[in-house]
Parts: sequence; structure tokens; C-alpha cells
Amino acid sequence: MSARFAVGADVRVRAAFPPGHVRTPFFVRGKTGRVTQVLGPYRNPEALAYGRSGEPAQPLYRVVFETAALWDDYRGAPHDSTVVDLYENWLEQA
Amino acid sequence: MSKETKGGSGSAHRLLRRHHDMGGLPAGPVEPTEHDYAPWEKRVDAIMRLLGDGKRRLITTDELRRCIEELGPGAYDEMSYYERWIASITNNLLEKGVITVDELGRRMAQIGEAWPAGAEARDAKLAERKP
Repeated sequence: MSARFAVGADVRVRAAFPPGHVRTPFFVRGKTGRVTQVLGPYRNPEALAYGRSGEPAQPLYRVVFETAALWDDYRGAPHDSTVVDLYENWLEQA
Repeated sequence: MSKETKGGSGSAHRLLRRHHDMGGLPAGPVEPTEHDYAPWEKRVDAIMRLLGDGKRRLITTDELRRCIEELGPGAYDEMSYYERWIASITNNLLEKGVITVDELGRRMAQIGEAWPAGAEARDAKLAERKP
């Protein structure tokens, strides 16, 4: 299985808010980040959580965000970054 | 950075945030402390490992997490870490038909009779939580 995004790609996290078990934190939805690592294929936890096989496995990416872009009221250092592991079905080309 | 949607605190989307998904909300400092686990907590951990092992495959980590998320705001906040685990394990086993509600109710009553001090301690703890 091939990964759609390469290291260095700018990706936008889908602004989706489905009910049920998702592994994409609320605070990154709709936000843009950059792929720093392609972690490999993993079975989909959104299906595994309901007793299903989670197949086909999906590429999982390590994505870095500017922390100040995630929270309007963030008062930390200006160049702080936040790293989140995200499955491919949540990502679009930015 | 291209067009951004505000997913943060200022957004109408905040209404769609599920309770457990609280990363970045105001919470105060984290105070790490070393602590020992109570015997029942170790037992809950062991039960989960056994239910998910290669031989049984009855619960996945993802299913454990799903049922913890489904506890809802009240129970989610009041329960301790391993209380959430055992509540989730119980619901998973009920859903899968491994145990039944009737069986569980009878067994809990039996244990309460065999060990009244335990049942009293449980009731006192539950009463403490009610405002």
C-alpha cells in the first residue's frame, strides 16, 4: 500500500465532526500542518473500535502544527509546535 | 498556511466536541506523583490483557477506548482511571454476549452478601459522589 503524502507535504485535516470513535483530536480538525514522518500502515481504529477488522490498513503520518494556530488564546512561545499522529483518511492536500 | 477553519474555543464547532476529547482546554498544571496500584486495579489491568490476548481476542484497545468515551461527561469525570476501564470492559462483554446483565446482577449481590464490609465501602463511596 502506498502513502499518498510524502515527508514535507502540507496537509489539511478534514473539518469533520462525526459521532463515534475517532482518533483525530478535535483541536487539529480544519487545521494545516506538515508531514514529518510516514509511520507506516495500521489497521483503522475507527473500525476496530466497533469489533470490525480495521482492514485495509491505512498510512499513519506524523504531522507538525504551529501551536499558536491551534488555539486562539495560546500564550506560550511563538514558535511552539504540536505533533499529532493522523490517519490518511483525515488528511487532504493543503 | 492556507485557509483555516477555527477548530478552537471560538468556533461553533465546539458544540461538536466530544467530552473526552479535551486536549488544550484549561486544566491547570499537571502534578506528577508516584503511586502504588491497589490490588483491584492490577486485576482490572490483567483482565484486559487476558481478554485481548491472541487466544481470546475478545476486546481490542480501540473497543476499550470507545466504551470509555461513551461513559458520558458525568461518569467520565467522576470515575478513576481503572474504574473507567472496568466499566468499559463490562459494557464490551455485555455487548458481545460474553456475560449477561442478569448474571452480573446476581453475582454482584452474592459478593455483597459474602463481604458486607466491601459493599458498605462501595455504597459510602457512591454516596460521597452525590452532591
